[in-house]
Amino acid sequence: MLRKTMVLAAGLACALIAAPVLAQEGTLAKVKSQGFITIANRDASIPFSYYDANQKPVGYAMDLCMKVVDAVKKQLKMPKLEVKYQLVTSANRIPLIANGTADLECGSTTNNLERQQQVDFSDTYFVTGNRWISKKSSHINSLQDLKGKTVVSTAGTSNLKEITEVNNKDNLGMNIISANGHPEAFQMVETGRAVAFVMDDILLYSLQASSRNPKEFVISKQQLSLQPYGMMMRKNDPEFKKLVDDTIAHVYKSGEINKIYAKWFEKPIPPKGIDLKVPMSAELKKVIAHPTDSGDPKAYE
Amino acid sequence: MYYHWNWGILFAQEPGGSGTYLYYLLVGLGWTLATALAAWVIALAIGAAVGTLRTTSHRWVVRLGDGYVELFRNVPLLVQMFLWYFVVPELLPEAIGDWIKQMPPPWGSYVPAVLCLGLYTSVRIAEQTKAAIQSLPRGQRAAGTAMGLTQWQTYRHVILPQAFRIILPPLTSEFMNIIKNSSVALTIGLMELTGRAKSMQEFSFQVFESFAAATVIYMLTNLVVVLAMRWLEGKVRVPGLIAEPGGVQAAH
Repeated sequence: MLRKTMVLAAGLACALIAAPVLAQEGTLAKVKSQGFITIANRDASIPFSYYDANQKPVGYAMDLCMKVVDAVKKQLKMPKLEVKYQLVTSANRIPLIANGTADLECGSTTNNLERQQQVDFSDTYFVTGNRWISKKSSHINSLQDLKGKTVVSTAGTSNLKEITEVNNKDNLGMNIISANGHPEAFQMVETGRAVAFVMDDILLYSLQASSRNPKEFVISKQQLSLQPYGMMMRKNDPEFKKLVDDTIAHVYKSGEINKIYAKWFEKPIPPKGIDLKVPMSAELKKVIAHPTDSGDPKAYE
Repeated sequence: MYYHWNWGILFAQEPGGSGTYLYYLLVGLGWTLATALAAWVIALAIGAAVGTLRTTSHRWVVRLGDGYVELFRNVPLLVQMFLWYFVVPELLPEAIGDWIKQMPPPWGSYVPAVLCLGLYTSVRIAEQTKAAIQSLPRGQRAAGTAMGLTQWQTYRHVILPQAFRIILPPLTSEFMNIIKNSSVALTIGLMELTGRAKSMQEFSFQVFESFAAATVIYMLTNLVVVLAMRWLEGKVRVPGLIAEPGGVQAAH
């Protein structure tokens, strides 16, 4: 009896596991037949994708994404195409794009070769670096100063993975913990549960700028690795990828990108009216002149 | 959907450098078992004691036991986990609270997880023990008294040996439950099997492989529990005392 039951249970488990391996239709065909497109947004990736005072997703990446939505409307001749939003976290964004819950992710997702095995990325629209923020009073000036300390990063990020690898390689003995979102991780540094928060520097700048006492914190001079951001979409969908990349290329070529960049990085942004004052980096200028979707950091140096 | 299958990921190195992902999961199983077994000792000891006390003739002891059971039975496991982790250290004197909060990982999560799971399961075992004792004919207790046994002796030699045999099958379920429930400890940062499967998925993006591996490991572990408990049931069985599955009744 028991043996039969176990065989049955195992068979059922295998069937469930094998089920998702089905052929997929292209994103454009899917959008057309559904009558709506689903954009994956973030709640606190300032200023890329976050909620403003009216709980509406806004940001630099959202603006670029809307350009893509406009292009989709034009191509499908569906001017009234509905846009739905799907909130994602660092940990679930890749599965939710892959399984079709959302069609295009507009946030702060690093394009790297490992993730390219699961999803495709648009041409890069921002270049940042992996650094850490700590309290000035903790006097953390280098990786060595983090030895044996508690360090936090956000679950599901390339930053968490990189610091875990560095910890092992350099034998630093750090206690690495993961938080569910960027604000939660930053709060751990604020309250002293962790000494440093390892994250993309641009996100650290905005968290610092929106904190109660920005002067209390310092962002490391040392950079771990370069992180190019791209919009995420399902893999092996050349028709949709071309539409996305063409749209971005057009925004770059027409110079419209300068206006969008200035709006989010060099002017006061909602909801608190903070001005990040981050001029365009040389790496990003290079990408705008020569768009690329490379997931190799060396391509951006 | 598009999914890049890669079962080889189980043999790839995990970023923390401890070894392969499979090894990483098996270490998680170690923590799952360490948590479940330690909690099981607490649950069995307190559960059996409280369950038995609730059937005695001391009214205030019964009430105290009832209160204890209701307290731990009426609050969700997840909430209890958070209470032990976040709230209890703040209620204790500051020096002890700080000592608990600064316990090095993974002990800082392990200790509250074991206490929480142990007490949560103890009230379930207390209920079952009580039910088992009450299922015995009342005449047995009277016979014990008639033979000149004290209440303690009646329990020790007449009631409990039968009651514990009766609750062995439900205890099997409870033991499997405690193994499965230990996964809730991932919410307070204990890197047991489910916690590690989740982190493996976040590192490798191989969500199906990670959770499929965890599923298989849980199933095999619980299969071992079922077989071990069946063996134990057979070992301690008193022929004719409790109906065996599969028609001993027909022989009566």
